[in-house]
Amino acid sequence: MAMTARQRAKVSLYVQAGIFVVAVAAVIIAVDWKTVGNSVFNFAKIGPMFPDIFLVGLKNTLIYTALGFIVGLSGGLLLALMKLSSFPLYRWLATGYIEFFRGVPALLVFIAFGYGVPLAFGVQWDVFVIVMISLGMVAAAYIAETLRAGLQAVPKGQMEAARSLGMPHWRAMVSIVIPQAFKIVLPPLTNEVILLTKDSSLIYVLGLTASQFELTKFGRDGISSLGAGLTPLLVAGAFYLVITIPLSLLARKFESRSARTKR
Amino acid sequence: MNNSTGSTAAVRAAGVNIKDLRKSYGSNEVLKGISLTVEPGQVVCLIGPSGSGKSTLLRCVNLLEQPNAGTINVGSFEATDPDVDLNKMRQSVGMVFQHFNLFPHLSVLENCTISQTKVLKRSKSEASDVARRNLERVGLGHFADRFPDQLSGGQQQRVAIARALSMDPQLMLFDEPTSALDPETVGDVLAVMRKLAQEGMTMLVVTHEMGFAREVADRVVFMDAGVVVEEGPAENVISAPTQPRTKEFLRRVLDPTHIDVAD
Repeated sequence: MAMTARQRAKVSLYVQAGIFVVAVAAVIIAVDWKTVGNSVFNFAKIGPMFPDIFLVGLKNTLIYTALGFIVGLSGGLLLALMKLSSFPLYRWLATGYIEFFRGVPALLVFIAFGYGVPLAFGVQWDVFVIVMISLGMVAAAYIAETLRAGLQAVPKGQMEAARSLGMPHWRAMVSIVIPQAFKIVLPPLTNEVILLTKDSSLIYVLGLTASQFELTKFGRDGISSLGAGLTPLLVAGAFYLVITIPLSLLARKFESRSARTKR
Repeated sequence: MNNSTGSTAAVRAAGVNIKDLRKSYGSNEVLKGISLTVEPGQVVCLIGPSGSGKSTLLRCVNLLEQPNAGTINVGSFEATDPDVDLNKMRQSVGMVFQHFNLFPHLSVLENCTISQTKVLKRSKSEASDVARRNLERVGLGHFADRFPDQLSGGQQQRVAIARALSMDPQLMLFDEPTSALDPETVGDVLAVMRKLAQEGMTMLVVTHEMGFAREVADRVVFMDAGVVVEEGPAENVISAPTQPRTKEFLRRVLDPTHIDVAD
């Protein structure tokens, strides 16, 4: 018997939902719940993680992210302007930097600035400085591309109007073009912060003292000290979501706001 | 107090002197040796088919386009001198664009004050006074706190005129100021321009509004294919053109429903 298009769509929907239910059920059946209960969801033993994971771990993750973002944003703006410069040397330098730091794993950058550079120059850097440089330099490469796209999205007539009013190029950039570009890149920039939050976990490769622990280090430490299996990592992961989900919502809000008004 | 700032009568007017101006884009020569004089206080309308080079000529006057050869003098400035202080020169040359190019992130008032405070270094309160006076002048004093996207096209264009006037220009350039407007708002913009002309402002206007040109312009210049074909008093050029190309153009513009079978 022939079905109408609407009936076919309905049947297709039921089939898809059925496949999903079967898949979930298969996973539930396949999992060794006893072991999982002991080593992943063993919340009884994680008491000692509190309140430090919150007061130290979460706080440090936020600080490392903020430091990286500040360096990344200023460096990214500089690189974006260099990339749009009419002076070829600036463009080449910026392109080289961006391609390099987007191309190598952030972990290697952390190792380089955590061990290599201090060794080479015989200096001793504070962890906060290392994080600021490593995270900031990686972030700058990504943010530069985002900002460049934003700067180019500002209509050419804005620069022309500003110049026609007698503004020098730099003043037109600072007062007219950059503010509009930032409004355009606010959603992708928020996403950069989310990536940065997660990348701050790479600091575990450096030797940290207890007061410098961030969320992931807390989780890894808990694995060896609490005897609750991987449960501490689960807790650390939950704290990341506490940071990243609000950011994600914020990005969506910026997006809908810029979609509503062109201003 | 502020002796010369935005006084509504007696404008200090500058003249324009263009000699043998040439401009090419690649191998395409769009201005083929244009000479044109605008006396201080005169209104000159540039008319001609699209692609005739009239907008390019206008944009050369404040060097938004770089000419390849020839000289342009604006008041006491030689615009084509490589050592000219362009920012200084542009402060005395107001420019009104076809698409307004208001700064969307700034209020109407801020649009009119930003260059006064940042470039002319006027105080905030003085800049506000000048801006409000010029917004009054274009009939939009009560819109000072709105944002550009809350205004109609005609209103935005009048704000753009007020923005230019707030710099106390000695010459105003209009690049098809009514071409992007809804028909019912064209009249308000033309009325403002008419008033400016009566106050003695030097104006160079690229336009398709033949009625405005006939009524307001001291001289009309007809351009085609990068050369000045015919120029003279408005009533001569528009009502009694002598060149066949001028006649042909005006016949098409004044009688758009006419179908030229031979073409």
